Amino acid sequence: MSHFIDRRVNSKNKSTVNRQRFLKRYKSQLKRAVADAVNRRSITDVGAGEKVGIPSKDISEPVFHHGRGGTREVVHPGNKQFQKGDRVQRPESGEGGGSGQGKAGRGGIGEDDFVFELSRDEFMDLLFEDLELPNLVRNQLLGTTEFKTVRAGYSTTGAPSNIDVVRSLKGAIARRTALGAPYRSRVRELEAELAALLADGVAEDAAPVVALREEIDRIKTRIAALPFIDTFDLRYQSFTKQPEPTSKAVMLCIMDVSGSMDQVRKNLAKRFFILLYLFLQRNYDRIEVVFIRHHTIAQEVDEQEFFYSRETGGTVVSSALNLAYDVISERYGSDTWNIYAAQASDGDNWDSDSTICREILTTKLMPLMRYYAYVEITPRQHQSLWYAYQDVKAVHPHFAMEEISGAEDIFPVFRDLFRRQEA
Amino acid sequence: MSNDKIISESSEWTFPLLKRFDREIGRIAHDEFGLDTYANQIEVITSEQMIDAYSSVGLPINYHHWSFGKQFVATEQTYRRGQMGLAYEIVINSDPCIAYLMEENTLPMQALVIAHASYGHNSFFKGNYLFRTWTSADAIIDYLVFARGYIAECEERYGCEEVELLLDSCHALMNYGVDRYKRPAPLSLAEEKKRQHEREAYLQSQVNDLWRTLPVRGTAETTSGERRYPEEPQENLLYFIEKNAPLLEPWQRELVRIVRKIGQYFYPQRQTQVMNEGWATFWHYTLLNRLYEQGYVGDGFMIELLQSHTNVVLQPSFDAPYYSGINPYALGFAMMRDIRRICEEPTDEDHYWFPDIAGEDWLKVLDFAMRNFKDESFIAQFLSPKLMREFHLFAVCDDDREETLEITAIHEESGYRQLRQAFADQYNLGSREPNIQVYDVDLRGDRSLTLRHYRYNRRPLAESVDEMLLHIRRLWGFDVRLESVDEQGRVQLIGEC
Repeated sequence: MSHFIDRRVNSKNKSTVNRQRFLKRYKSQLKRAVADAVNRRSITDVGAGEKVGIPSKDISEPVFHHGRGGTREVVHPGNKQFQKGDRVQRPESGEGGGSGQGKAGRGGIGEDDFVFELSRDEFMDLLFEDLELPNLVRNQLLGTTEFKTVRAGYSTTGAPSNIDVVRSLKGAIARRTALGAPYRSRVRELEAELAALLADGVAEDAAPVVALREEIDRIKTRIAALPFIDTFDLRYQSFTKQPEPTSKAVMLCIMDVSGSMDQVRKNLAKRFFILLYLFLQRNYDRIEVVFIRHHTIAQEVDEQEFFYSRETGGTVVSSALNLAYDVISERYGSDTWNIYAAQASDGDNWDSDSTICREILTTKLMPLMRYYAYVEITPRQHQSLWYAYQDVKAVHPHFAMEEISGAEDIFPVFRDLFRRQEA
Repeated sequence: MSNDKIISESSEWTFPLLKRFDREIGRIAHDEFGLDTYANQIEVITSEQMIDAYSSVGLPINYHHWSFGKQFVATEQTYRRGQMGLAYEIVINSDPCIAYLMEENTLPMQALVIAHASYGHNSFFKGNYLFRTWTSADAIIDYLVFARGYIAECEERYGCEEVELLLDSCHALMNYGVDRYKRPAPLSLAEEKKRQHEREAYLQSQVNDLWRTLPVRGTAETTSGERRYPEEPQENLLYFIEKNAPLLEPWQRELVRIVRKIGQYFYPQRQTQVMNEGWATFWHYTLLNRLYEQGYVGDGFMIELLQSHTNVVLQPSFDAPYYSGINPYALGFAMMRDIRRICEEPTDEDHYWFPDIAGEDWLKVLDFAMRNFKDESFIAQFLSPKLMREFHLFAVCDDDREETLEITAIHEESGYRQLRQAFADQYNLGSREPNIQVYDVDLRGDRSLTLRHYRYNRRPLAESVDEMLLHIRRLWGFDVRLESVDEQGRVQLIGEC
């Protein structure tokens, strides 16, 4: 009389909707928490989920309940030494004096945050909400458009491996029903006739009866002869190829590694690059990253070397810009690639080099770029490079520059650079 | 002794084994002990699904609301960190009675859970007068389907935001949506849907009527004297709001009603925790011991069962670090066992305290107790001096006018009655929850609603009052005042918005 059901196969994410509603409701608190988290976060665990906390009092659901005070009599177990009429000190909180219903301790010392984990996607959504890539165009690579195979119903031809059994048999049933219908109605008529004859007392071996029986048998044979399945019935699953616009972006990371850039500054720069990378990832299917570092001469290096090897010497920024231009013209034709560049520097440069930089940027690089972001990591006075770049900015609206003085600035600056433009 | 009858020595469960156990347990429960149960539907679920079930307050289907999401997130988090284990089972008061078993349980645990939930809780749901009065086991699932559909429809029509705000306010008042003395009408999905449209129209006309028939100013105003509306204070706040709030749209009234109905469904559970758990624990203990006596399970099986049983009925003393009040399993189980003892082996003390039941047929007495009591009256009626001694119970009086706490009664001859009375009172919902009622509606003036909190033992309301008033105001649509009445009848305004 008991009925057993195995529910384990059912979907388990019944609460997804409720979870999303919860996140949506506390979006503003969560965004604050996420922004804090990204500044605290160690550089190596990019793009993982994140534990965030929001103050419990913000999310409590109120009900009427009794507060402290008044008289209450509570029964407890485990008496060891008390006698009737004894008087005992009121305990600080909890057992003796509390309501005994778990309400004691409410509103006491520091309300804890309600801490929980966001998934990677949730984290990214909150982090980059309201941000937008300037000049977001998905350049499509003609000729090498990628295709995706999608189902496209059924067809009457195809490879045997694509036969859809259920569909084919359904067709067969329909065909047999349709083709057999006239025969079957004829059989019914003849059988009715036969029954009428027999009811009238005609003998079994009389000629009309025999003839009728033969006719019925003949038609039944024909019904049986209808083929169970015919090539006509076969249906094949059909697939077609749909062109998939793919968008690709290349991100150039340009960093000054001269002696004045210490590890702390490099880490700041790295965070900025990481943010940009994550952000591009949300917008483009494929991203390539090019690391260019420079002191007096520029080099294309791998990530490890980019961030962790130490160099000394002076600074010639234009060397890096030239190299960037070479890399782009060699490997990333700007009609197929969306090109972004981020440059981090402490602002040092040979004085005479700054004007060269301005020239390269204005005439050669900027026309190829979707966006160029320059961050200067310095607590000091701006030097010639900053002023040269200000000229670039005046000419090209998709050139942006900001100044970072500490870790806490990175995210705000980043947000500032990519804030959704009011249309 | 032959071991042929032993069902399985393994701790791995399979569906055929579960069915075997269910058959044997069912046989003992029905044929030997005469338990009356709904049909059982036993579902095996994973721990993720258990967390899902937790967050929709144990219901198999529920409408969407952010608070369930919060619950889900919190449960998942504490579970993942290993701060909390999940319950072995969840059982739903429905017909058929749905019980969830967790996939991770061992075979002995599954057997325990089947006995506990599918026969213990199940028979309690079917027999206890509160459940019979307040819940319609055969219709609850249908009603939830209706509620979920209706709320989803409202969200589509009026926006999630709007619906969510309203539900927030209703949830805040969920515990004040019960008629304590009137039997609610039974639920039925078909009727519910059919009547829903009629009700919308009708309700709206009623509300309009109420306001339209205001006496015209100046005529006969003085003769009617001080007539209040409602004439009697109303304790069912949600019902009052559903029927009388002037500005609510029909769909909003329906939402209030849904929350009220679901609150009502849980009302008996809040009042019978000790009895319900005690009853279920008593029966899993009794049924499985019987299974052991009849040779269906072996020693190893029994030891595992007893171990988890012992954990369940552990009662730490008040000074233990992990003490958090009376464990309803421990108290309920001990009381059920004690009643059986009083029937089977009464002492002189029992004859003096329980002349009616000492020496009677224990099955009948237990059945009677299960059917006709709730926690408060059950304790007042059946808690024996022997148990008070065993639990070393003592009563403490906390009066905020005194410097120290006073021990008012302990487990001794002169203290039994007072102790038992205090203990029973602790389970009285009326004294646990603030008593707040609708006192007046200013029909002729600003339509403001006045609520009164009748103080009990001078206990004040907690600081959530202001927030609560905002919620009530949202539902009522006009000013809301909350007054507090102390035991001397003095009225004091404690909040307004």
